[in-house]
Amino acid sequence: MGAALLGIGIAAPPSFLTHFTVFVLACFVGWQVIWNVAPALHTPLMSVTNAISGIIILGGMLQISGPLSSPTTILGAIAIFVGTINIAGGFLVSQRMLQMFRR
Amino acid sequence: MTNSLVTVAYIAASALFILSLAGLSNQETARKGNVYGILGMVIALGATALSAEVTSYSTLLAVVVPGAILGAIVASRVAMTSMPELVAILHSFVGLAAVLVGIANYLQPESGLSGAEESIHHIEIYLGVFIGAITFTGSIVAFGKLRAIISSKPLMLPARHGLNIAMLVGSVVLGAQFMRATGTSGLQPLLIMTGIASLLGIHLVAAIGGADMPVVISMLNSYSGWAAAAAGFMLGNDLLIITGALVGSSGAILSYIMCKAMNRGFISVILGGFGTGTATSKPKDGSEPVGEATPIDVDETVELLRNAKSVIIAPGYGMAVAQAQHAVAQITKILRDCGTNVRFGIHPVAGRLPGHMNVLLAEANVPYDIVLEMDEINEDFTETDLVLVIGANDTVNPSALDDPSSPIAGMPVLEVWNAENVVVMKRSMASGYAGVDNPLFYKDNTQMLFGDARQNVDAILGQLAALSSKSGAVLTSTR
Repeated sequence: MGAALLGIGIAAPPSFLTHFTVFVLACFVGWQVIWNVAPALHTPLMSVTNAISGIIILGGMLQISGPLSSPTTILGAIAIFVGTINIAGGFLVSQRMLQMFRR
Repeated sequence: MTNSLVTVAYIAASALFILSLAGLSNQETARKGNVYGILGMVIALGATALSAEVTSYSTLLAVVVPGAILGAIVASRVAMTSMPELVAILHSFVGLAAVLVGIANYLQPESGLSGAEESIHHIEIYLGVFIGAITFTGSIVAFGKLRAIISSKPLMLPARHGLNIAMLVGSVVLGAQFMRATGTSGLQPLLIMTGIASLLGIHLVAAIGGADMPVVISMLNSYSGWAAAAAGFMLGNDLLIITGALVGSSGAILSYIMCKAMNRGFISVILGGFGTGTATSKPKDGSEPVGEATPIDVDETVELLRNAKSVIIAPGYGMAVAQAQHAVAQITKILRDCGTNVRFGIHPVAGRLPGHMNVLLAEANVPYDIVLEMDEINEDFTETDLVLVIGANDTVNPSALDDPSSPIAGMPVLEVWNAENVVVMKRSMASGYAGVDNPLFYKDNTQMLFGDARQNVDAILGQLAALSSKSGAVLTSTR
């Protein structure tokens, strides 16, 4: 682990390291938060994480402003389409499930 | 919107996503958590749409609107028993999106990067597409297995480990070619690698058996997160990196919990091949279960239920398959109205998805505070009059604890046999997924109620309902 970090420190440019910092810290936050999730809610946890990982459509959104026929635009548009299914479906089904949990 | 405003919106969205997951720590705050998640998504997408880089709103609307409608339709129609399939197919969408975004990003004209930055950018694209492709096809195979379109038996190709390694090596070699290519000439190795990674995804999941699905789905959940994080690095977008890392660690933790609940190493699950029937080579040194199983009929089960002061129900995947959860919930209600202490004991790997049983019981209106985890309830079996085992087998197998030669030795199980009486509802004497005989069935305090779980539960419910409607006092006065 230490060697890998050293390698990254020697080879990687500063712009990468800023993002890498964010990544490592986010992993730790995730680790802390997820262990607190009630086991009874693990299915909703999966559908919520599924929905928020649909955030990947940001990548598609930044790629569709070129000419309509360019491959980048087409690929980006398909990515947005499937990602949106994910976001809408994931959040909605989570809401449906969470509403069922009653005392 | 200026770039700074977009960045601020991303910070807000990241915080809301974290709050959303934190909200899931208990049932009271969970719904609020989901709303935070939606809010974060709206802010992030809104800010991006308004940023200077997005200009073609007609294209955007043309894909977002049908996507959202389709997602909403699927989500509002899906049955709770089909949640594992829905989750699997949604994972595949994230994987597909990651592949598309990665390739599109590579084709995008001049990113203006050079030297180490360009190399890193290429590695990010390559990794993102690789993980995305595995997630995409792996999830589709998982979906097929859960839907029973594909046999849930593990696919055992000869030299399958060699095959996996060959595909990995091939991807690395193509990666080296991809890195050397200038302009967009690296597209060819990139696409070939996408094909290889897709095959790898299919092969990896095809080799894993049906009851290991909780691990597979958690693992694919994790992969979809890492794919999003890789896309974040590629685009230099911190929000994507944070979200990907959150989802990735969430899936990793779930995989870990599931493996632990089966007492199996993560690697051995991934390498697959469990539950192929090879486990039938039992030791012959007298550890075979002895004695005969005692059958019981519905009338006697009802009698046991009426006389019990405390009942624990241990459901398994069989309950979901038989769609018996609603009748079970009504039985629970009748017994509770008569003052019986009824609770549920849930094994972490019951069902095909982490927490699947809890959702099914919640849907059937079982109050969540009587649905307990294995660790919470295992000590209470000694003080319990009656345990109903519905469609569970390996998760209530005592040989996991007392037979070191058993294939499931060391797996934590619900210690139902400590109760005064155990009624096991089962179709036949067939062994469970792990192919292991279950000594529980031969214990003196165990009775077997054979037949279709749904029909038996309905019959019990019918008798209990008739008794309690005749006179609510009858049930209680018989104690």
